[in-house]
Amino acid sequence: MDRIPILRMGEFLLVTIQVDMHDQLALSLQEDLTQRVQKTGARGVLIDISALDIVDSFIGRMLATIAGTARLLDAQTAVVGMQPAVAITLVELGLQLRGVRTALDVEKGMTLLRAALERRA
Amino acid sequence: MIALPVLRKQIIPIQAPNDIVVVRQKVRALTTELRFSLVDQTKMVTAASELARNALEHGKGGQVQVELVEDDPRRGLRLTFEDQGPGIPNIDLALKDGYTTGNGLGLGLSGAKRLVNEFEIESAPGKGTRVTVARWR
Repeated sequence: MDRIPILRMGEFLLVTIQVDMHDQLALSLQEDLTQRVQKTGARGVLIDISALDIVDSFIGRMLATIAGTARLLDAQTAVVGMQPAVAITLVELGLQLRGVRTALDVEKGMTLLRAALERRA
Repeated sequence: MIALPVLRKQIIPIQAPNDIVVVRQKVRALTTELRFSLVDQTKMVTAASELARNALEHGKGGQVQVELVEDDPRRGLRLTFEDQGPGIPNIDLALKDGYTTGNGLGLGLSGAKRLVNEFEIESAPGKGTRVTVARWR
C-alpha cells in the first residue's frame, strides 16, 4: 500500500501531502507520523497541504488528531500552505481547526514552531 | 426538486473508501466544465465528499447520480446520494452541528447543507436515505 513520505529536517518532521488522499492513506499517515515523532524525538511537525484542493471533515479531523497526539509526545504541529478556497470552505463547513497552528508556507511554519519551542524552553 | 432538463447524467457506485475519491474527482471535473469559481468548485467537491462518506459509513454503501442540469439561463450540478442503510429516525437532529452516531465530528450533513444552494433529504428508519443537493453557476 502507498504511504506518504515523512522527511526529517533537523528537529522537525516535514510531511507534504500531494495526493488526493483516500481515507486509509490518511489513517496510515496518522500512525506513521506518531511513531516517527516518538522514534526521532522530533520537536515539531510541519504538514504541508498546499497541494490539497479540498479538506473535508475527515481530513480536518485527521489534522487535528495528529496535532493533538504530537502534543502529547512533546512536539508542536503546524499545518501550512492551505489554499484560500479551502479555508473559506472549511469555515463554512463548520471546521475551524482550533488548536491547530497554521502558517502560510513551510518557512513561516518553521519560524512559528521555533518561536513556540523557545517560549517553552 | 422540480423537474429540470438534464443535459447529462452518470451514476457512480459508493461501495469502498476509494469511491469517495472517484466522486470528488468527477464533481471537480464537472464544476470545472461548468466554469464554477474556484471557491464554488471547492464547496461542491467538499459537500460531495461529506455526503459520499455518509452513504458509505452510515448507509453501508450506495450510489450517487451526478446530473448536469439546466434551468435556463443557468446551469448547475445536481447530486443525488442514495443508500439502503438503516435510515435516519430524526432528520432535524441529524442536521444539527455536532450530532453524530458515528465517530466523526457530526459536520457531514449540516456542513454539506451549508455548502450548496439546494438541499433535500428523505429518509425513514429501515428505508435508507436519499440526499439531493444542487449548486448553480
